[in-house]
Amino acid sequence: MNDETVSQSPNLSRRTLLKAGLATGVAAGAAGAAHAGGDPLITEVQDWNRYLGEGVQSRPYGTPSEFEAHVVRRDVEWLTASTESSVNFTPLQDLDGIITPNGLCFERHHGGIAEINPADHRLMINGLVDTPLVFTMEDLKRFPRENRVYFLECAANSGMEWRGSQLNGCQYTHGMVHCVMYTGVPLKLILEEAGIKTNGKWVMPEGADASAMTRSIPMEKALDDCLVAFKMNGEALRPEQGYPLRLVVPGWEGNMWVKWLRRIEVGDEPWHQREETSKYTDLLESGKARRFTWVMDAKSVVTNPSPQAPITHGKGPLVISGVAWSGNGRITRVDVSIDGGRNWKTARLDGPSLSKAMHRFYLDIDWDGSDLLIQSRAMDESGYFQPTKTELRAARGENSIYHNNGIQTWHVKADGTVENVEVS
Amino acid sequence: RDGGVFGLGRVATEDEIAAWDIDVRPDGMGLPQGSGTVADGEVLYTDNCAVCHGDFGEGVGRWPVLAGGQDTLTDERPEKTIGSYWPYLSTVYDYVRRAMPYGNARSLSDDDVYAITAYLLYLNDIVEDEDFELSNENFTEIRLPNEENFIADDRAEEPHYADKGDPCMSDCKDSPVEITMHAQILDVTPGSVDDNDAA
Repeated sequence: MNDETVSQSPNLSRRTLLKAGLATGVAAGAAGAAHAGGDPLITEVQDWNRYLGEGVQSRPYGTPSEFEAHVVRRDVEWLTASTESSVNFTPLQDLDGIITPNGLCFERHHGGIAEINPADHRLMINGLVDTPLVFTMEDLKRFPRENRVYFLECAANSGMEWRGSQLNGCQYTHGMVHCVMYTGVPLKLILEEAGIKTNGKWVMPEGADASAMTRSIPMEKALDDCLVAFKMNGEALRPEQGYPLRLVVPGWEGNMWVKWLRRIEVGDEPWHQREETSKYTDLLESGKARRFTWVMDAKSVVTNPSPQAPITHGKGPLVISGVAWSGNGRITRVDVSIDGGRNWKTARLDGPSLSKAMHRFYLDIDWDGSDLLIQSRAMDESGYFQPTKTELRAARGENSIYHNNGIQTWHVKADGTVENVEVS
Repeated sequence: RDGGVFGLGRVATEDEIAAWDIDVRPDGMGLPQGSGTVADGEVLYTDNCAVCHGDFGEGVGRWPVLAGGQDTLTDERPEKTIGSYWPYLSTVYDYVRRAMPYGNARSLSDDDVYAITAYLLYLNDIVEDEDFELSNENFTEIRLPNEENFIADDRAEEPHYADKGDPCMSDCKDSPVEITMHAQILDVTPGSVDDNDAA
């Protein structure tokens, strides 16, 4: 199936989302119902079994199989006024493990994708430093490096769900997240190169794009684990992820991970920029608003089954799979319910368990074909466990926009289709 | 050069710093010399801004609303504008200068930005005189209405943060679970007409 574009009509959108979910699931049938003489895919010689395929020179940079053409980032056109200040979503329902392929990492821009020749890129450090400096990309690659795997989640991930179930698919409800391995220079080394003055308590990264993104970050975090990164998953950053240089702010909201990073200012006070006053502040029911809500709390979602990944194989063995992450460290446990939160089983965490990185969980069940209300509940090493949406709304109301880490419910019906619902 | 641990990079020149360091803080740090009146701002705003933001800051289509919305922050559908929500005027000057007009950033002079900022104050009824002139000298005397309504991140005091015990694993709900909302039958509309409230 080709990428479905989402029409501006909400009604069409919902049909399209549902259709997209169903269409991706029905291709894989049971393992060849035996005909009288057997499965012709076995009993007859196939083309790929007879003729030569392409040689090693035909794909200098490989791309996924044509049969994976549905595994793409998608946007929801009516969410924003302009595609250049907008977002698209990672197809979580099509992925496994913990690493997001570079070409599928969700995008969020405020002035479109800046196209920058790395030879033309500069990084400036100024403000409360002993020596304001300018670095080239070549300079930066001469500092000692680190490799770290981190999730990046937009503060507004699941933001459209504050008032209730709205978008039918985990790509849309939870897809503003990705997790890759970064190669970069600790920000600490770059700040120390310029020399931080004693009253330097805050840093402000700035982007080179048309939005000139800026955020205030406390010096303690800057010196702790922030990276100035130039590679993701081993290769150069993708342009849409800030090529040639981006800030990595582990565990904190994605807006602070400034792309196309060109300047870092040191100051004694926060700057109160647009993206930490008008935006990325969380309005509460009282009319007060929280600012500087940096950390992304523990969160999880079942990616399979989900609205875009229905069950097509009937009753019997079923792999329930999903992802969990926390800005406060490692995920220590994920519980899964199939009855809307009445009863829980602890799932199996599989693969690396890294601080402030995505974790993969599985619960293998024997599906009897009855309706399920699937939920997942993550716990992190601080002892925090993921709240329900009801608990979050009780604490904050419905107008926070950001930081919705409430438990997601999927309704699996007897025919294997899945819907985004809320439960009592 | 001297200093540094690795001796990498070079010293930034004053002109280079001046070219890139254009940020403005609430205390006025970073404000350039200059001024502009409400009347000048109206002309500039009409030519450069109104096509998206509307003649009175009301927003065209899904483009951001810049004025109005006072006393709506506790409504079911709050209208968050410069006048109703933003804490500091410095952010208006800084953001317009760095990122607006959308698609033609950095095209306004420092005086232009003072004038447009003055006009945005006028649209929000924060100044009422068309002859009002905003400058680097009187800038920090202006306070926006919602400044006091921002609080520190106090999430940790919410009830569900305090409970570090083991969560319930069985028979956790008294009554049968019922579906209270379906994505498929909801009229899908983003929660706000703001340009990136939804993302």
